[in-house]
Amino acid sequence: MDDILIQILNGLDKGGAYALIALGLTLTFGTLGVVNFAHGALFMLGAFCAVTTNKILTISVKVRDESITFFEAYKEQPYLEIWWGDTGAAIIDYSVPISILVTIPIMLAIGVAMERGLIQRFYKREHSDQILVTFGLAIVIQELIKAYFGANPIPTGAPDVVSGSAAIGAFFGLSENLVYPWWRLIYLAFAAVIIGAVFAFLRLTTYGMVVRAGMADRDTVGLLGINIGRRFTTVFGLAAVVTGLAGAMYVPILPPDYHMGMDFLVLSFVVVVVGGMGSLEGAVAAGFLLGLLQSFASMNEVKAILPGIDQIIIYLVAVVILLVRPRGLMGREGVMDD
Amino acid sequence: MKDNKDNQKKWSRRDILKASVAMGAAGATPMFFMKDAWAEKAIGNYPVKGKTVTLGFNVPQTGAYADEGADELRAYKLAVKHLNGEGDGGMLKTMKPLALKGNGILGKKVAYVTGDTQTKSDAARASAKRMIEKDNVMMISGGSSSGVAIAVQGLCQEMGTIFMAGLTHSNDTTGKDKRRYGFRHFFNTEMTGASLAPVLEKEFGKDRTAYHLTADYTWGWSQEGSIKKYTENLGWNTKAAVRTPLGAGDFSQYITPVLNSGADVLVLNHYGKDMVNSLTQAVQFGLRDKQVNGKDFQIVVPLFSRLMAQGAGENIKGIFGSTNWNWSLKDAGSQAFVKSFGAEYGFPPSQAAHTCYVQTILYADACERAGTFYPPKVIKALEGFKFDGMGNGPTEYRAEDHQCFKDVLVVRGNANPSSQFDLLEVVQEVPRSQVEYPASMLGGDLGPYKG
Repeated sequence: MDDILIQILNGLDKGGAYALIALGLTLTFGTLGVVNFAHGALFMLGAFCAVTTNKILTISVKVRDESITFFEAYKEQPYLEIWWGDTGAAIIDYSVPISILVTIPIMLAIGVAMERGLIQRFYKREHSDQILVTFGLAIVIQELIKAYFGANPIPTGAPDVVSGSAAIGAFFGLSENLVYPWWRLIYLAFAAVIIGAVFAFLRLTTYGMVVRAGMADRDTVGLLGINIGRRFTTVFGLAAVVTGLAGAMYVPILPPDYHMGMDFLVLSFVVVVVGGMGSLEGAVAAGFLLGLLQSFASMNEVKAILPGIDQIIIYLVAVVILLVRPRGLMGREGVMDD
Repeated sequence: MKDNKDNQKKWSRRDILKASVAMGAAGATPMFFMKDAWAEKAIGNYPVKGKTVTLGFNVPQTGAYADEGADELRAYKLAVKHLNGEGDGGMLKTMKPLALKGNGILGKKVAYVTGDTQTKSDAARASAKRMIEKDNVMMISGGSSSGVAIAVQGLCQEMGTIFMAGLTHSNDTTGKDKRRYGFRHFFNTEMTGASLAPVLEKEFGKDRTAYHLTADYTWGWSQEGSIKKYTENLGWNTKAAVRTPLGAGDFSQYITPVLNSGADVLVLNHYGKDMVNSLTQAVQFGLRDKQVNGKDFQIVVPLFSRLMAQGAGENIKGIFGSTNWNWSLKDAGSQAFVKSFGAEYGFPPSQAAHTCYVQTILYADACERAGTFYPPKVIKALEGFKFDGMGNGPTEYRAEDHQCFKDVLVVRGNANPSSQFDLLEVVQEVPRSQVEYPASMLGGDLGPYKG
């Protein structure tokens, strides 16, 4: 029983990340009809917002390390610690949560600039043109990050207080063996809040209603005198923020490097395709579904029957879904049918 | 007709002798200027043209082992500096016997080119091929991945260029995939098993159940095999051995099945960033706080390095593993190298840096002893070479498999470090006799001397 619960948690935790990334991707596709291959790069940029925040907070002075006597060695002492002692150290410790405040405006600005500067010129072009230009953009962003931050992953930890594991089994009166890392639980809750907020924005606000109307029929909404283009720019910015936040909060789970966007790009497209192109609900459902499937496929009992299944399960499901239901789980009729 | 016959020169016995001497002298003329000019056919980039000799340093500058690669590159640059008579000389002051004179190799200044293996065999081979064909390197060195080392070693054998392996730990490098043109100073998984198992028995007892997470390539398989062999000989059970893709990043899906598996030891056959990630995540999942079968749950990392310890931070404390060398060793060679490296870069070298530095010096010294860059003669100079003063005590390059035999260190993550670099505590210096095995045990065939 414990094994099953642990795998469910692990699946939900992975699924939360997949759903967040895919949500941003399907938002841009559903509103703008643009197949954005630079989406993975937005995830990576979000992660590097967290890294940059940490680097800024830990700007240091070099002091001689007296414990090393046979050559001159130096230790780095952050100014925040020098100025504010334990308070400064606590601020550094919380650099990842603090980075959320930085990530939101930066990613919004990047999203808007990307849409206004490049993407809007490709609305009426073929999907193949969109793929080429956004893929090119992704490579440019990736190389810029590599040039500035280097090629190695940069570890940036969660706050000490949540770096261990939570005894959730004992808390719920189940087995004491049922533990799960705090930060992964926080990430899952964070993903749920962000997904809920995006749905609330689209379902409960007038702005969101207009956007949804535009997603269904852009021309008619335009004829009603609504500047739907401006709203779509905002939606692209919103998608960039959602994806960037997913990246920033993922940093303690996986130290980011310049290539992490490409690693998640294929995965996010698979989630969107399985969920149904343009379907927000589908993207979220597919994210969690694939996370759970991947987690259960990693169980030794499953791998004993189907060796290597954990490596291919996601792609296997995508193939089956495309064969049986080409539109995806919740795909709308007419979207990408041609 | 008769006149014509009279005009023809008749060859006397003296004429024939004179002509033979003249022809012999003409034929031997190059020998006066170039040693073994006729015996040494062109192999690889031999003969060396110009006043410099170029070495190729092929290291992972990106990928899971990029930290090790960066440190390896630092060591190579330092070795070249010392070979050219610059800097404080490092281990050239402590190596015995030493033929090098501090004026390059055989009077030629040492130059180098670098490449990025990307921790991928195909990229590493392409990079090595470019070095041999375009940069005319005489020797290639680098790692850090056994898959890469074996791939490049095979290429070097084909192209007649000596390969001085950097950090590669799989048995196969000097076992079933050994090559005449390949040499390894680093230890291997067999030696790790032989050195680590007695310490594990002493610390954790004979009644343990192990769960392996293994990097899914030649080194991981080799490491898993050796640790299983030696721990099962102790009486340990192996619950499961699960393969994980190299560079997996998020290991949570592999760690969650460990939690309730009944195992009380997790063996992480991972290295570099993979090990940092898997260990950090294993600790996040509370494995080190668990009690299983009435015993404290333990994690073992068979191949340790200070760079990994640095990446894993607090999580490494108290965890056992083995290492080829550690900067805290007190012998003259280690101290000379640490001092030299520290003065250059501001921090001590890693085991990867150490083995790469030593390999470069050993190649240069072998050329000097052979009196030529001709690869077959340099290979013969390295085979069976016994030396000391390079940080591992008396060491021998065994001729039968080109594997160095020396003492091995069993280490533990330092619970009370005295400095920011004091991350590994040497628990035991295991003598060479305990980790030595017959060359035939791991199989393989070295192949011919000439390309």
